[in-house]
Amino acid sequence: MNLHEYQGKELFAKFGLPVSKNRVIASADDAVDACRDIGGDKWVVKAQVHAGGRGKAGGVKLVSTPEEAMEFANHWLGKRLITYQTDSNGQLVNSILVEECTDIAKELYLSAVVDRGTQRIVFIGSSEGGVNIEEVAENTPEKIIYEPIDPLTGPMDFQSRKISKVLGLDGEQSKQFSKMLPQLTDLFVTHDLSLLEINPLVITQGGKLHCLDAKINIDSNAVYRQPEIQAMHDPSQEDPRESEAALNDLSYVSLDGNIGCMVNGAGLAMGTMDTIKYFDGSPANFLDVGGTATQDRVSKAFKLILADPEVRVVLVNIFGGIVRCDLIAEGILAAIKEVGVSIPVVVRLEGNNADIGSNILAESSAEIVSLNNLEDAAKKAVELSK
Amino acid sequence: MSILVDKNTRLLVQGFTGSQATLHSEQSIEYGTNIVGGVTPGKGGQTHLGVPVFNSVHEAVEEVQPNASIIFVPAKFCKDSILEAADAEIKLIICITEGVPTLDMLVVKKRVDELGITLIGPNCPGIITPGEAKLGIMPGSIHLEGSVGIISRSGTLTYEAVKQTSDLGLGQSTCVGIGGDPIPGTSFIDVLKMMESDDQTKAIVMVGEIGGTAEEEAAEFIKNNISKPVISYIAGQTAPAGKRMGHAGAIIAGGKGTAADKIKKLEESGVHIAENLLQIGKKTKEVLNQF
Repeated sequence: MNLHEYQGKELFAKFGLPVSKNRVIASADDAVDACRDIGGDKWVVKAQVHAGGRGKAGGVKLVSTPEEAMEFANHWLGKRLITYQTDSNGQLVNSILVEECTDIAKELYLSAVVDRGTQRIVFIGSSEGGVNIEEVAENTPEKIIYEPIDPLTGPMDFQSRKISKVLGLDGEQSKQFSKMLPQLTDLFVTHDLSLLEINPLVITQGGKLHCLDAKINIDSNAVYRQPEIQAMHDPSQEDPRESEAALNDLSYVSLDGNIGCMVNGAGLAMGTMDTIKYFDGSPANFLDVGGTATQDRVSKAFKLILADPEVRVVLVNIFGGIVRCDLIAEGILAAIKEVGVSIPVVVRLEGNNADIGSNILAESSAEIVSLNNLEDAAKKAVELSK
Repeated sequence: MSILVDKNTRLLVQGFTGSQATLHSEQSIEYGTNIVGGVTPGKGGQTHLGVPVFNSVHEAVEEVQPNASIIFVPAKFCKDSILEAADAEIKLIICITEGVPTLDMLVVKKRVDELGITLIGPNCPGIITPGEAKLGIMPGSIHLEGSVGIISRSGTLTYEAVKQTSDLGLGQSTCVGIGGDPIPGTSFIDVLKMMESDDQTKAIVMVGEIGGTAEEEAAEFIKNNISKPVISYIAGQTAPAGKRMGHAGAIIAGGKGTAADKIKKLEESGVHIAENLLQIGKKTKEVLNQF
């Protein structure tokens, strides 16, 4: 689950990290008050969406009057911001962050992730901030430090000094950073983060470290134990079908093609998409009905696939391990009855109770093509999609 | 011979009386697995599926001496259940449950490594040695005793590989589902080592998927340490970047973890690539015929 910048900064402030004085507004009418509350004579206004690249797309602006801030809010609120990280529809802007202006002396990079290789939380720091860190890693790897945190000791001062050196901090800044590192680790662990990125972390004209941006992702497996984070969830930033799927505990990703896929197991779901492509078809979605699929969930999965107007045929591919194929067969029939399916459905059942499942489908009056092997089923689905 | 499990494995089931644990324990018993007891706190003293239920793993260890444990408890209790089994000195722990928080796994993984315990999973189908024992949720009927070792990050893709190798008469030595999470208890490399020294295994099928660099690391290891032929299929060749494909670990992040990168690295290391999941069995047979 992702957070908005302003939510990330709320968490930063709560853990004692330096962020700019700010206000979040959802209505342009509040822009003038927000600027006055903050004070000063220059402000930065930032459209809040779950995507990077906002600056280049016009979603961030430096303004010198409250009226300009209001204009910016008027322009963006309710509109969709398209950046290089979004799809062609962009992301809905429903709030604007108004911040006091920070005078920047230097831009740095700092992030923390759960690193799969070392199986630790790893901090990544670079003296090159405000740019794409993957490019820095590619072109000038010597400017990046990777510092893993031992869960037993937590972050140590010597590690903070190691990172400070690569960031190019002076004595005072290093002292400040030695306080920030434990605060960031505490935030990461307390709220089950999977990613924390400050790009840029800046040194101000006054020589202080300051968090100018905040990108935070939460481990979706741990959201259940994060009530404060749950309250920050913004469904408007997600694909509506993907949100709907998540509510029903289904794993769904929307794609561009026209063959709807319902598969049990994430690996097989990807494998099914690959197989469709292999036979020159195009999958409309990734959908894992999961290990404990009930008839109700299968019905919901069906409705979800059919809600996509591009879908011309549905390929159901089930290898029954946890899921019993007779249960899936009943779910398919119930859903077809309930939704009123007018497009062809190709079903391949294998594994636990596959024979019973196939019989249930064969004996039904519904127009279902039931095939035993995946190759035939995929070819048939591709043929029907053309 | 086989790896990790055989007829002598004495299995304990944690979360024993729950519906999923019951269903799969019944099937495991039917397959011939020696389940010696189960644990459900608060239900100790009962009998379930013909074996005793205990309040704790320690009680079970004292009474029925299990040497492996399989865990079906809900995700939020997995950290505790795995560490309990580890504390009771059970050397092989299999966690089937999906959805365990990653930070829980960082702690768990460090602890089991310190204790020299093999943890399989979480978010996995388990292990099976055909004809000997089934510790997991895979359909037993598709397996055949044979010569192919199978390692996979995905449950249902393992079943595909199994079905295909069974249909071609090759059969399997042992199949290990290492699970689809970012921090798995056991890696491809851990299982590759075991299969290299197992006489029954003549070829190894490694089923990977997008996300992380486990396949790349395995490729490097195979190049230098594995003399047996390795066949690999990588799922997610058509997956878009930045989207989590069901499994917590299946995501192409920052341009890293694509199927194309993994396939390239595996090919360079002498691994035989099954281009499509339909070809896993055929490719394996072809490679075995050359050897």
